[in-house]
Amino acid sequence: MFIINCPYCGERDQTEFSCGGEAHIERPKQPTELSDDQWAEYLFMRKNIKGIQFERWNHIHGCRKWFNVIRDTSNDKIHAVYKMGEKPPIKSL
Amino acid sequence: MSNNLRINKNNFIDQTVRISFKFNGKKLFGYKGDTLASALLANNIHLVGRSFKYHRPRGIMTCGSEEPNAIVQIGNDPSLTDPNVRATEIELFEGLEAFSQNCWPSVNFDVGGINNFLSPLLPAGFYYKTFMWPASFWEKYEFFIRHSAGLGKSPTKPDQDLYDHQYAHFDVLVIGGGISGILSAKLSAEKGLNTMLVDDKNYLGGSTIYQDDNNFKINNENSNQWIKKQIEDLKKLPNLTIKNRTSVAAFHGYNYLLARENLNDHLSSYERKGNIRQRLWKIRAKKVVIATGAIERPLIFSNNDRPGIILSSSIKKYIDYYGVKTGENISLFTNNDSAYETAISLNKSGVKVKVIIDIRENSNSILSKQVERSGIKILKGYTVIDTDGYKKIKSFDVMKLSKDGGSVVGNKITYKCDCLGISGGWTPMVHLFTQSGGKLKFRNNDNVFIPDENKTPSKQISVGSSNGDFELDDVINNTVKNIKIFLGLDKNDLENLNIKCSKEKQKRNIWLLPSNKPISKTKPFLDFQNDSTAKDVKLALREGFKSIEHVKRYTTTGMGTDQGKLSNMHALGIIADTTGTNMGDLGTTTFRPPYTPLTFGAIVGRNVGKFFDHTRKTAIHDWHVKNKAQFENVGQWKRPWYFPKNGETMHQAVQRESKAARESAGILDASTLGKIDIQGEDASEFLNRVYTNAWSKLAIGKCRYGLMLNEDGMVYDDGVTTRLAENHYIMTTTTGGAANVLSKLEDYLQTEWPELNVYLTTVTDQYSTMSICGPNSKKIIKKIIPSLDLSDESFPHMSFKNSKINNVNCRIMRISFTGEHSYEINVQSNYAKDVWERCIEAGKEFNITPYGTETMHLLRAEKGFIITGQDTDGTLTPSDLQMDWIIGKMKYDFIGKRSLYRSDTIREDRKQLVGLLTDDPKEVLEEGAQLVESLDKPIEMLGHVTSSYFSPNLNKSIALAVVRSGKKLKGKKLIVPMENKNINVTITDTVFYDKENKRLNA
Amino acid sequence: MKNKYSIFSLIKNAFSGHENWQRAWRDPEPKKEYDAIIIGGGGHGLATAYYLAKKHKINNIAVVEKGWIGGGNTGRNTTIIRSNYLWDASAGLYDHALKIWEGLSQELNYNVMFSQRGVMNLAHNLQDVRDLKRRTHANRLNGIDAVWLNTQEVKKFCPIINTSPNIRYPVLGGTLQKRAGTARHDAVAWGYARGADEMGVDIIQNCEVKGIKRNGNEVEGIETTKGFIKTKKIGVVAAGHSSVIANMAGIRLPLESKPLQALVSEPVKPIIDTVVMSNAVHAYVSQSDKGELVIGAGTDSYVSYTQKGSHNIVEETLRAILELYPIFSRMKMLRQWGGIVDICPDASPIISKTQIKGLYFNCGWGTGGFKATPGSGDLFAHTIANDEPHKLNAAFNLNRFVSGDLVDEHGAAAVAH
Repeated sequence: MFIINCPYCGERDQTEFSCGGEAHIERPKQPTELSDDQWAEYLFMRKNIKGIQFERWNHIHGCRKWFNVIRDTSNDKIHAVYKMGEKPPIKSL
Repeated sequence: MSNNLRINKNNFIDQTVRISFKFNGKKLFGYKGDTLASALLANNIHLVGRSFKYHRPRGIMTCGSEEPNAIVQIGNDPSLTDPNVRATEIELFEGLEAFSQNCWPSVNFDVGGINNFLSPLLPAGFYYKTFMWPASFWEKYEFFIRHSAGLGKSPTKPDQDLYDHQYAHFDVLVIGGGISGILSAKLSAEKGLNTMLVDDKNYLGGSTIYQDDNNFKINNENSNQWIKKQIEDLKKLPNLTIKNRTSVAAFHGYNYLLARENLNDHLSSYERKGNIRQRLWKIRAKKVVIATGAIERPLIFSNNDRPGIILSSSIKKYIDYYGVKTGENISLFTNNDSAYETAISLNKSGVKVKVIIDIRENSNSILSKQVERSGIKILKGYTVIDTDGYKKIKSFDVMKLSKDGGSVVGNKITYKCDCLGISGGWTPMVHLFTQSGGKLKFRNNDNVFIPDENKTPSKQISVGSSNGDFELDDVINNTVKNIKIFLGLDKNDLENLNIKCSKEKQKRNIWLLPSNKPISKTKPFLDFQNDSTAKDVKLALREGFKSIEHVKRYTTTGMGTDQGKLSNMHALGIIADTTGTNMGDLGTTTFRPPYTPLTFGAIVGRNVGKFFDHTRKTAIHDWHVKNKAQFENVGQWKRPWYFPKNGETMHQAVQRESKAARESAGILDASTLGKIDIQGEDASEFLNRVYTNAWSKLAIGKCRYGLMLNEDGMVYDDGVTTRLAENHYIMTTTTGGAANVLSKLEDYLQTEWPELNVYLTTVTDQYSTMSICGPNSKKIIKKIIPSLDLSDESFPHMSFKNSKINNVNCRIMRISFTGEHSYEINVQSNYAKDVWERCIEAGKEFNITPYGTETMHLLRAEKGFIITGQDTDGTLTPSDLQMDWIIGKMKYDFIGKRSLYRSDTIREDRKQLVGLLTDDPKEVLEEGAQLVESLDKPIEMLGHVTSSYFSPNLNKSIALAVVRSGKKLKGKKLIVPMENKNINVTITDTVFYDKENKRLNA
Repeated sequence: MKNKYSIFSLIKNAFSGHENWQRAWRDPEPKKEYDAIIIGGGGHGLATAYYLAKKHKINNIAVVEKGWIGGGNTGRNTTIIRSNYLWDASAGLYDHALKIWEGLSQELNYNVMFSQRGVMNLAHNLQDVRDLKRRTHANRLNGIDAVWLNTQEVKKFCPIINTSPNIRYPVLGGTLQKRAGTARHDAVAWGYARGADEMGVDIIQNCEVKGIKRNGNEVEGIETTKGFIKTKKIGVVAAGHSSVIANMAGIRLPLESKPLQALVSEPVKPIIDTVVMSNAVHAYVSQSDKGELVIGAGTDSYVSYTQKGSHNIVEETLRAILELYPIFSRMKMLRQWGGIVDICPDASPIISKTQIKGLYFNCGWGTGGFKATPGSGDLFAHTIANDEPHKLNAAFNLNRFVSGDLVDEHGAAAVAH
């Protein structure tokens, strides 16, 4: 039961948030120019990392803003949060 | 014989207040302050239950939550009875009725006891090896297994009690009200930190509170006197919350803890009335102090499970705290100094201890010397090898241990007794520590797993015996020292206490004590409740089960209601000894929450019954109720399903409503449809990207139907969106999809298209929607809003106007989901009921007929309009729905577009939406029924019926279905194979009624 | 030849104090090379090895397991077995498994306690009714024994369900598959392990895979904590850790690993004699032979390898349990735990070759893999042995995520099961 530090609201209980999965998978700007394989890669394939993961969270029962979280999926420790469009404060650990 | 084992003097039991209770129907009494266990022992009742597998007689063995044997059924009211309650934990109350479990016909004479004689056939895992022949008999075998298993009985009627939740935020949470917890709480609260102290008992002070022994002194006072003063001081601190009868069940990450407070279970039924039974505290603490103490270990020797064999420290508590003698002829068996404390206590209370068997060769501590001086016989270097007595221990046999402890030597000596105290040392309660993610380390000299300070999650600390400190001076000094660092405290007056205590000098541990018989002839129990023995563990190891988790699962050791609190360490020890492994390398099994069993009711709190889930009602709901609507649950909404009149069946009501809507006028409460207000200069571009069709050219004041896909190309939601102004739209979604559509749109807007200047606001609750359809709808609107120009030129189909009804602003859309000429009125919800009633009033002369979702579904099916979620299931593309027209082929991109051109999505033989007519027009198909071309096996299913109705307007049955290659199959005959008949159908167009759309402008 | 388990062997061994039972499986050190290596010693992995040895006569096999066999989701699930799936491909797969379950104890000579006490799925709204009827019709035509029950029949089959029309989401009916039921999860792993071991399969526990060695587009072996082991065929059956192994091989999978929780109550005398699942009111419950109520909770929304979920998931589940079974309010949760489930976008598994020669994946079982164990092992063994799928698992290939030919069981089973 983690506490997430929403960059807009501050620390809130995990139950206020919903996770949107891996971050920094940009929607292709020109989907029609992708092969089926490339499109499938975007659509379905995930790193599903055990360890430091960059992921998207939404403060769904709060300000409803999306933002990024850097979390270690092997122990649920959150290392950083940052707004959409911002550069990750840490590259990797 | 009542209470003849009670001694008179006592500080904790109020002998002026007698409490009557019943055990197995027999009337008994105890005193205020008793637990059921202490009251039973005072009445000389040891035999309380039968064990799980062999149905062996079992007695009270402990005085706390680790109790494996004395678990009883409380009460017999089918809605209030509690199974599996530990007699050692439940406080005695007037009128308490307790029953032994897992025995028939009685605990004294239990037919299941025959299992004890079959025990050679029932080793660990026996059921994996048999009951396989004949194969069909397993269910019969299983019936007996199931009925002999289980402990207590579930209630059979709904619970009448209330449960509560409370959220709490503290600077410091201290778990455990023993000496280390009290000192920690005191230091914390004195520092000004907002502190909570919880303890599962109804008093504070742990075992120190009854340690009236001048071998244990703090600042020249006996430790019980000193701690009493500390507690009094503690209670005066303003920023301290103390909760007794409160047990921490779970310690989750980020210092989130669950604690159950018992508010009712110790009260008589009269005192309980109207109270909350239990409160679940959901605690976030900045820092957590674990001071959960340690529990005493048993010793493992043959027949160590007889009633009357009790943990030594529990005997001490029964005598010192409850004033109850656990026997008249007590002996003790130990591997450490604790038993000597018990001997001193018993001595002081006038109970002579006959003999102390100590497996150590010597034990020259202050305590043991004092006991020796008092004349109690001590057999050093001896072990108990067996016991006798069926329903109560009668005697035990002793032999000298060999030097290495691996065998016994010399002659057997038999001692008579009626109670044997056993002590195998102490196990720190590290459950919560490991639940929170902490890792343990093994301390070899006294065989304990203790928290590894280097692998302790931040913001928590373990102190006292839960941290492996067992001597009074270590407990106090280390607690004070470590808490000082942990909380960043200044110097304090607990730092330089004058502590005097006996120190244990010698240690010797033998996990499985030797016997003069081969192990196969002995019954050394490890898990008393589940009847697993040391033999079972060894058998598991012989059979190749190596990991502690395997052994646990194969032998069921540690899987009883005490979750291995007493048995796990010995199981590990025996595995380590047998396999020659270091215990530290073996590791422990995982300690899983909850620490002690947690009532479902407490976990759920108030969120049951009518609070199970929100009920969303439209602003017009009361009118529907008054007009006898039957309701349908759609998501959390209550929607009128149909409005039966004068005892109509649903079918009759729907037929009437459907006809009325087409013949004159119908009115539908469509308020539950999702409504999203979209504003911003890029609103049109945004719609272009989220819908499949084009939006830029939609004129202000016009409406358009849109289809929204998932990124994988499948239809996700649909609805009509209206352009209210240049940069202002109102989107409608399906009822069930409203919240998800909004979330999805917000997601794209914030993360993929932040460059778009668009704002989304849900207005589903703010606006109510009523749809009036039918040839007379125009006249009704005209009556309500005479000023409104309703001509087709000024107000054509798929357009909208702002207007006022009785001075209330409203939006009127001319859109239709029925194919009839119709209007949708959107009005602020506060005024909705009034406007609705005006519509009804105005429509009276046209027999305006309120209709529900069923008629709406029928009417739209007549027109071949889809309902997403009913006609679609997340596997259909717009093209599959024969809606290619809605795909903006010229559009560069929209959500899901790319997926429409994958190799599978472009296949022509996908399942496609079609209409179906039954050969027998009276035959209505079942929704969900499958379609086949031939009944030859294997049967190939081509699709299924998605929507099906009897159309009163066409006077025949109609249906929509998805069928493989359906687009090409118009006119094809298919079969709907039902369980008892086959129905012949023909594929048709999806539009059954008014194919030319003439009625829209009728 | 191992000694056969039976009541007679039990009696015989009782006379010798059970001192003479043979090991159920050996504890070998890895050889230098195997014909095939299965990564993951859960039920599916052990079954794969068993069928490779038994049906395909590939006996030089190792199963490498980083912990102890059966210690992952095999030992953490709620043991529900059913085959009443909607789509033909799923029905074929799960019913294939169910048919093996029906004779598994005898085949393995190990009582896996497959108990056909029936599985009921409840409908709570009109769309549930449509969906479940659709599934029932499809099941019937696929030869699967599912029937529709109305509310009274539901009540009759399981009298403790609250079928009052006045509850928030009343029971509108349900489906029943009588051949469905539960089994003893640990026994499945142990039974397959014992059977595989007897045919020469090396089960290597406490051996963690650290890398997949490739030569170009072919596998060469695995790096483990017990050294390098050479092989030309690697079957990965690592459940929640599938992506971790995939990353070692340099490929990505359409998976997310999420916490799934379950719990049991204290044991009580028989009170519920079937398995009841509810989709809309998210709860499913059965009672073990030991007497514990076995209750499945849902998954969290985030990836986690901690084997721990959030408390609110448990709370929501029990809320649903008490809605349908208000008599359980005073029952107590004895134990709660979490597993790591690997979830595919279409809620269907992957039993497939990969773009790398000799590398096969069996994963994506999400919340419902236990029931498929024998079928999954059998079909995966076929796929590895023949380097092409059996017709029953052809649909469960990796390429479906490219082509779009998903086997979308979301509509039929959005509930963890």
